[in-house]
Amino acid sequence: MALLSSLYRLSVTSWKEVMTTTEKHEFPMARTCPFAPPTAYEEIREEEPVSLVRLPDGGQAWVISRHEDVRTVLNDRRFSADRQHPDFPALVEGEAASRRPDEERFLIAMDPPEHGPARKAVLGEFTVRRLEALRPRIQEIVDGQIDALLAGPRPGDLVETLSLPVPSLVICEMLGVPYADHEFFQKHTVKVIKQSTPPEERWAATAAIQGYMADLIAAKEENPPDDLLGRQIVKLRANGTYRRTALVGMGFLLLVAGHETTANMISLSTMAFLRNPEQLAMIKADPAKTLDAVEEMLRYFTIIDVATARLCVEDVEVGGQLIRAGEGVLALGYSANRDPRAFENPDELDIERGARHHVAFGFGPHQCLGQNLARMELQIVFDTLFRRVPGLKLAVDVDELPFKDDANIYGLYRLPVTW
Amino acid sequence: MKIIADTGKCVGAGQCVLTEPALFDQSEDDGTVVVLNRTPEGELVEKAREAAHVCPSQALSLEE
Repeated sequence: MALLSSLYRLSVTSWKEVMTTTEKHEFPMARTCPFAPPTAYEEIREEEPVSLVRLPDGGQAWVISRHEDVRTVLNDRRFSADRQHPDFPALVEGEAASRRPDEERFLIAMDPPEHGPARKAVLGEFTVRRLEALRPRIQEIVDGQIDALLAGPRPGDLVETLSLPVPSLVICEMLGVPYADHEFFQKHTVKVIKQSTPPEERWAATAAIQGYMADLIAAKEENPPDDLLGRQIVKLRANGTYRRTALVGMGFLLLVAGHETTANMISLSTMAFLRNPEQLAMIKADPAKTLDAVEEMLRYFTIIDVATARLCVEDVEVGGQLIRAGEGVLALGYSANRDPRAFENPDELDIERGARHHVAFGFGPHQCLGQNLARMELQIVFDTLFRRVPGLKLAVDVDELPFKDDANIYGLYRLPVTW
Repeated sequence: MKIIADTGKCVGAGQCVLTEPALFDQSEDDGTVVVLNRTPEGELVEKAREAAHVCPSQALSLEE
């Protein structure tokens, strides 16, 4: 079986090598400017919008760069999300070799028919109405962290005092994870998302968080508490589908996703508001505009760029290009979100543009589960921060800021601010 | 205009509810779409169009 599969892979490789003459670019591309995608994105999007690129392990994938095509691919079940599949595009060298196709899939790696029921089991926790009930508590958390910022030294680091703790406190409380353990997750989460982490270390970090989550869930089983994990145990037991390993995977995903993504958006957007005082003035004058500003910030920074890789499992034509079963694609959200066909003057930050059709949360059945939690957190943070600290300003020049050029999720390691 | 929602396709992203809570809600059990008003009029017509456009699973269709 192993021999057959390596022979198969060899034949695919040889076929792909025939195609190598058409590759012009290597992926993933690091960001060199915090405010603009790599310059090659525009060239690709305008000249050859569906084109072959070279991956770090020497393999190839099709880059999908236009907004319309990205939406099409991400909502077409002929593209699989199975990240453990041997042919799934590998964005880190050596990553494919460390795959474990027999292991339980996380939600983000599931395809139909497995994916729908697994997602729907937890969706009730993330409805707009349900999240709205959390608003007062999130406001309290934000106020508490701003108190801490104001009580601390000047300049202070916004990442440490506000960006990281807010989403972290919120997701810990939702899941029923003791916040006292957040340093543990933080340490391992950083390894999971850093591009340069060797595959074995990434597995070890993943396993450490999963081990913790397994113990936590086991402890909740006897007398399930009224938190997300406890309620999932009750709900899944009632319909006869409860398995601890599956809930561990879900808990892991929510914890990791809830830690880093919103944190980076808080830091980057705060920086962008401070650099664009006329945009900031608009939300201060009319907080009804803050949600529009949140959408525009999500579009403008698109902090997760190539997370939406897929594997084609049935021949399909996209943007006039035939993609064959077995070939990988990278649905390039950052390029889609700067596509002038979808957004006028796409490189300008304009909170009034109406950016809701961006694909910063992805698109299709895997679109971010926590998106409305993220929106609410960002909205509350911006409204509260700029109201309570009207004199907030950057303590260093933008070109001195430590941007996360080496992470799979873009952001800032530190954001020194004063007031 | 008539709004038709395919709950089989719906992935519960909640984008429609954010667009117009007077037209859409979500099931408490699995987060899928509940249409509150299937025949919008006036300003709500444009909201229904926006909701259909941003829906990530294209689960909403409109009969004009």
